[in-house]
Amino acid sequence: MSELAIDREIDRSKMQVSDEVAIEITNMNKWYGSFHVLRDINLTVNQGERIVIAGPSGSGKSTLIRCINALEEHQAGKIVVDGIELTSDLKNIDRIRSEVGMVFQHFNLFPHLTVLENCTLAPIWVRKTPKKEAEERAMHFLEKVKIPEQADKYPGQLSGGQQQRVAIARSLCMMPRIMLFDEPTSALDPEMIKEVLDTMIELAEEGMTMICVTHEMGFARQVANRVIFMDAGQIVEQNEPEEFFNNPQSERTKLFLSQILGH
Amino acid sequence: MSDQTTNSIAFVAEGTIPPSPPPANETGVVKWLRENLFSGVGNSILTIASVLLIYVVLKNTLPWIFNGVWNADSLSQCREILGGKTGACFAVLAERWNQLIYGFKYPVEAYWRPNLAFLLMLVAAAPVLFFDLPRKMLLFTAVYPFVAFWLIWGGTVLVPLVALFGCVAAAVVFQKYGKNSFAAGFFGGIVVALIVWKVGGALISESASENAWLTAVPSRDLGGFMLNLMLGVTCVSLSLPLGIALALGRQSDMPLIKWVCVIFIEFIRGVPLITLLFVASVMLAYFFPPDSTVDLFLRVVIMITMFSAAYIAEVIRGGLAALPRGQYEAADSLGLDYAQAMRLIILPQALKISIPGIVNVAVGLFKDTTLVSVISMFDLVGMIRGPILASTEWNGVYWELLGFAALLFFVVCYGISQYSQWLERRLATDHR
Repeated sequence: MSELAIDREIDRSKMQVSDEVAIEITNMNKWYGSFHVLRDINLTVNQGERIVIAGPSGSGKSTLIRCINALEEHQAGKIVVDGIELTSDLKNIDRIRSEVGMVFQHFNLFPHLTVLENCTLAPIWVRKTPKKEAEERAMHFLEKVKIPEQADKYPGQLSGGQQQRVAIARSLCMMPRIMLFDEPTSALDPEMIKEVLDTMIELAEEGMTMICVTHEMGFARQVANRVIFMDAGQIVEQNEPEEFFNNPQSERTKLFLSQILGH
Repeated sequence: MSDQTTNSIAFVAEGTIPPSPPPANETGVVKWLRENLFSGVGNSILTIASVLLIYVVLKNTLPWIFNGVWNADSLSQCREILGGKTGACFAVLAERWNQLIYGFKYPVEAYWRPNLAFLLMLVAAAPVLFFDLPRKMLLFTAVYPFVAFWLIWGGTVLVPLVALFGCVAAAVVFQKYGKNSFAAGFFGGIVVALIVWKVGGALISESASENAWLTAVPSRDLGGFMLNLMLGVTCVSLSLPLGIALALGRQSDMPLIKWVCVIFIEFIRGVPLITLLFVASVMLAYFFPPDSTVDLFLRVVIMITMFSAAYIAEVIRGGLAALPRGQYEAADSLGLDYAQAMRLIILPQALKISIPGIVNVAVGLFKDTTLVSVISMFDLVGMIRGPILASTEWNGVYWELLGFAALLFFVVCYGISQYSQWLERRLATDHR
């Protein structure tokens, strides 16, 4: 698809995968009513890994990452995030959610709050950070996503790409150890995709653990250390990006890659 | 320029075209008239017909108003003064002013008390309505209900003090324990308040009100427009939080809470207010302990509050449903708990969407307070229909009295409507 979005050298010096396990999913299953959406998922993510999940729509990739911070409930199997097991215990869920940042396809910024307030809200109320400190940190991250000058505007006044970068900054303000991206560029115009991808690459270069559901195969090839291909609710194939793209094993993967890279 | 016509496809602008003023006949009064009043034969006829209608209405009402008699003791005296001319008899308003505003039993020497309570209400309402004012003013707003109760009903100051103390104790308990567990703080607060009220109530002797600094005025002596205002303000301010709670309860995942809220809302909405008011005046006593005498005013407040809360709950439910699911998910994914997500993210947006509907209910509720006249409470309409029209002096003065009542209600309701429009503009941040 858009292989051309990334045009700079990527600094891999800090992209180190450690032995520490960040997320461990074992035999996880999920149903919507009687529809089996996720089938026997087994996935271990180490600290510092950058994983891209690809697959046709309806394959369950979004559902999978939404299970990791309990936006969706799984019905069987086990999910352990940062040593905390996801159960129906609300305390655990809130603890996991404050460690795991999430970026949505439609940004989901809070339209009644300014950009700065969007970024300071959760640190102040969840982490009990003093307001001044939270604001300083928010400005730091807004600078990092290159929109400090928009801090006092409302989300509705920003372009899609800017909104998505604010959404990334908002997640980062909680100092998460893991970031989940749910199709972060799918709702954006082509010229805005690049600015969001650049922000994500910078994040990867600093060693953030990331799981991205995306169709940006250029990003997958250059940033990910592992690509996972899902279809019909199960993990069909996973490999390092070079191998995955150049030497796919399953027929389903070959067909998918030929469809999205073919032209 | 010439290239544009000769060369078929390629075109490059030669520079920026500077802005210029519009043609002269596109501005001014004549243009406005032509466009808005006389844009065609049909519209011209409509314009002339409307002007004629306005003329006829004014021709007949203006003399009635301007010939109005303001000084007379009775309707027959009015007619004498007018001597056959058309003219209103506004004297009834001047002569019965106190009755229209305060009812006919409220002690005359105590009129300053509701007056002061009204002025203080404006101060107390200001920080709630206009949130740019300093937040410290909310402290006065919190104390105001107790001050107003004491001023209007009089009697011993201990009653409102005990009530206030119970609320403060509940707030302290909630502050202390509500942080860890909302339920513990909430129910702990209620229990503490009940204990304080019970103990405090036992300490106040029966005769405490007899020689109080402010003479006690029983609820049945309240009346006039004052009663409408009191019911309106109390019921609106109580039914808004109750309505929010019901709307959230109806969305709850806990089936018991959900069904209690659904049944409450559907039942109350399905019953006419007037039935509820009869229940309040006659039957509600059966639901309270046998020896307790619950005040009629309080019973009416409970009923009107429940009625409007059910409507407000449905309006807010609409606002909640209009929010995209992503807002809930974003709040959840940041680790906000239910109370925080509702208070900081969901409700501010849902309430903003619901403002027109809530105002609709509030205006309707305020006008519905006149229904208490059917359960023999002498509010403004009750006063007019009862003591004033029944008196020998003023029997037959309908237009002036009811027109005055309409004017009072219109002023308040129009004010509410204008405020809500200001509020919507003030809260508009979506910039769509």
